[in-house]
Amino acid sequence: MSTRTLFCFSILVIACILECAQCTFDVGSDTVVCAPETAAINAGDLNIFHPASPPAREIRELAWLVLGICAVIFVIVEGVLVWAIIRYRKRMADAGEPVQVFGSNPIELAWTVIPTIIVFVLALATLRTIREVQLTEPPEGSLHVDVIGHQWWWEFRLPTLNGEGTIITANELIVPVGRPIWLSLHSADVIHSWWVPRMNGKTDVIPNHINHTWFQADMPGIFLGQCAEYCGTQHANMLIRVHAVPTAEFEAWCVAQSLPPSLLTESETTAHSGRDLFLELACMNCHAIDGVSNGAFGPNLTHLMSRTTIGAGAAILNPQTLRAWVDDPQNLKVGCNMPSLKLDPNQLDSIVAYLLTLK
Amino acid sequence: MTTVDQTTAVPDEVRRTFGARVHAWVVSVDHKRLGMMYVGFGLCFFIVGGIEAALMRAQLAQAAGKIVDPATFNQLFTMHGTTMVFLVGMPILLGMGNYLIPLMVGARDMAFPRLNAFGLWLFVFGAGLLYYSYIGAQGLYGTSAAPDVGWFAYAPLTSKTFSPGNSTDYWILGIMVSGFGSITTAINLVATILVMRCPGMTLMRMPLLCWMMLIVGMLVILAIPVLTGAQAMLLLDRFLGAHFFDTQNGGSALLWQHLFWFFGHPEVYILVLPAFGFLNEVIPVFSRKVIFGYSLMVAATVAIAFISVSVWAHHMFSVGMSPEINSFFAATTFLIAIPTGIKIFTWMGTMIGGKIRFETPMLCATAFIGLFTFGGLTGIMLAVVPFDWQLGDSYFVVGHFHYVLFGGTVFGIFSGIFYWFPKATGRLLSETLGKWFFWFLLVGFNLTFFPMHISGILGMPRRIYMYQPDRGLEIWNLLSSIGVIFQGVAVALFVWNVIRSLRNGKPAGNNPWNAWTLEWATSSPPPDWNFDQVPTVGSARPLWDQQNPQDPDSRHEEHL
Repeated sequence: MSTRTLFCFSILVIACILECAQCTFDVGSDTVVCAPETAAINAGDLNIFHPASPPAREIRELAWLVLGICAVIFVIVEGVLVWAIIRYRKRMADAGEPVQVFGSNPIELAWTVIPTIIVFVLALATLRTIREVQLTEPPEGSLHVDVIGHQWWWEFRLPTLNGEGTIITANELIVPVGRPIWLSLHSADVIHSWWVPRMNGKTDVIPNHINHTWFQADMPGIFLGQCAEYCGTQHANMLIRVHAVPTAEFEAWCVAQSLPPSLLTESETTAHSGRDLFLELACMNCHAIDGVSNGAFGPNLTHLMSRTTIGAGAAILNPQTLRAWVDDPQNLKVGCNMPSLKLDPNQLDSIVAYLLTLK
Repeated sequence: MTTVDQTTAVPDEVRRTFGARVHAWVVSVDHKRLGMMYVGFGLCFFIVGGIEAALMRAQLAQAAGKIVDPATFNQLFTMHGTTMVFLVGMPILLGMGNYLIPLMVGARDMAFPRLNAFGLWLFVFGAGLLYYSYIGAQGLYGTSAAPDVGWFAYAPLTSKTFSPGNSTDYWILGIMVSGFGSITTAINLVATILVMRCPGMTLMRMPLLCWMMLIVGMLVILAIPVLTGAQAMLLLDRFLGAHFFDTQNGGSALLWQHLFWFFGHPEVYILVLPAFGFLNEVIPVFSRKVIFGYSLMVAATVAIAFISVSVWAHHMFSVGMSPEINSFFAATTFLIAIPTGIKIFTWMGTMIGGKIRFETPMLCATAFIGLFTFGGLTGIMLAVVPFDWQLGDSYFVVGHFHYVLFGGTVFGIFSGIFYWFPKATGRLLSETLGKWFFWFLLVGFNLTFFPMHISGILGMPRRIYMYQPDRGLEIWNLLSSIGVIFQGVAVALFVWNVIRSLRNGKPAGNNPWNAWTLEWATSSPPPDWNFDQVPTVGSARPLWDQQNPQDPDSRHEEHL
């Protein structure tokens, strides 16, 4: 009778734990749609139990199975432990040694065989999901993006719509909803790791060793991520934003990104002098702008103002943060590889005015 | 030269100058003094590593914290990890082995006493070299730069290109030197256990701690040279222009990971098996029952040793290995859960039917079982490769391995220290202070490390000096940081307890816990020669046989 009560109680506790876990981690429903332009960042946007892509969903299904099995084992083992602690405490006036039991072959066999069966089941489930999530070939109809990890920012290269040119951008990856995205991961320096939890698990970005991963956004929205392998001083500020947008919007974005920056008009005198400064000072050594410069050490700035953040997510991009960044990047992101150029306020105004034209 | 060191033979009552007492410790080749010095140094570094952790938790208590700058934070987690593994775990566990093994097998000293002293001082110099980096090394930001490449020191971040200062060299050399110390100690332990057992003590009559230490010794001999070799290759890369790990010249970043984790995963078992050994002594004595299934426990330990050298790449599931290799390492990792489970069941089987006395050593041992079970189960989750792709390198992993290495190893160490302190010093630790210590540590530990699992699930990667304020991570990180205060109080209580007991603790007598193994047959503290007469044993519990001549264990040996 008491074993049955214990058993029922365990099941109840497990159910409660799983229910609470589900409530805590499964925030919101999968149908929430947020427009990228207005979307605020919410708590839980990196929650691995809130998938928005087939591989992340596969992983969640497996995760619930594993959590369930582990929860059952946990409750049973800890339950027996607590029971043993209470039941077999030494009582007062309890002299003499207890019966010495040296072991029992059936019991020892049982606690060897039962765990073996459990881990066998887990291993089978694991092997199946590995096959489904880890693709060795690009899925049919996928968009191919090259991701290049740099000390402390991300570079993306994707084909133009006609497939002839390359769009080069940084830190924010714009992708069409519902189409598989096949990523080739390269590193320019040390090891990084690509992790956008709602899209898929992480894959390391290793120099001299190209890795692949994939995802497919179910719905429009911003999906956050960040570098998950320690890569030096500013590892913490190597953030990722995946903007999933409807196909039409994605194509419009591609067209806009394929064009060189619009020419400066005669009236934009500050911007003109800003562009001259950009070429005179060290800026052009590191940063490429289509038709202006071709530095490759820092992010490509051709369409800088089409992004929403600066410094690989260190700050939201607006004229004030842009000015602060150009003035001294070390304020916003200590130890990053861009030095302060010690510009005077007029030079700063000009450069910022020029950068603001790069839409 | 082989006679017992004369200075240590002077009775403690005789007043000596401070210099003479220090000299006696420094020149000693006595396994007991060397063991106590290992543990003493290890506990000091435990406090240093704890302070480093506390600073990190202060920084992470709130989003975008500004207590330390990023460079300092990166040094803190590098030094915390390196310290806790190499300067706390290894010396305390090997040191306790050093102290206990000759006593438990009925020997007068270790097999190679002078090699033993050499090993200790190598460890001390290695540790000193590592910490000298705080004063002498030059990093990216000038002098006083501790290593900042992480305790795992992944290539190519360690190459001259990305770590131009010499702080990385301090990391390499410090760990290399102390690693040689660990290898000598391991050779000594294996030799002592294999050839210096007293008459009657067959392998299957050894206390289980001796079995664990034998296996640990073999694993150290197998694993540490791989790390030392990899570090030598890294030095060649850094100083002589070799290109083993230099990816800009065709080297392989993954080679370092394979070598490092081929050392690193057996290392985890090196850190936990001795703690298992402490439990194997403490739990039977405080449950008043013989261990339930001695031979299966031995078999499980040997199985763990074998499997532990074939699981290393489960630290590398996200590096892009093929699905077949990922599956292989998932399978071996699942496999190791079976012998580990057997150990947990064996301890519970020993407790069931006993008359358990919950004094501090047993409290710590019981907490070990509960916490290690939780850490083991999260380990199973991490062995599930696709789940690992999400959880790996997140705070979930930090929570997981602290449940194993803190909830496991550190609770095991404290259990062992409370258990054998009376033997080593002749004085009992205070039970009241011990219980306060235990509850503060238990509450603080769970408060700090349980929420880390949740921060990991919410997408917080490891080794970041700050996190964004809008991601729901604040509350969990704040809880983790608050837990540190409780742990700090616990450690302070422990230190106070030790100091108080050394000054005027209650005399312990030979066998305060009414235990059964040979170390309790001699005086507390034991004389330099350990035993007046070399003992002869007829079972794994010689003192039980003495106390219960009507029912000696030798009668039951066929059941083993």
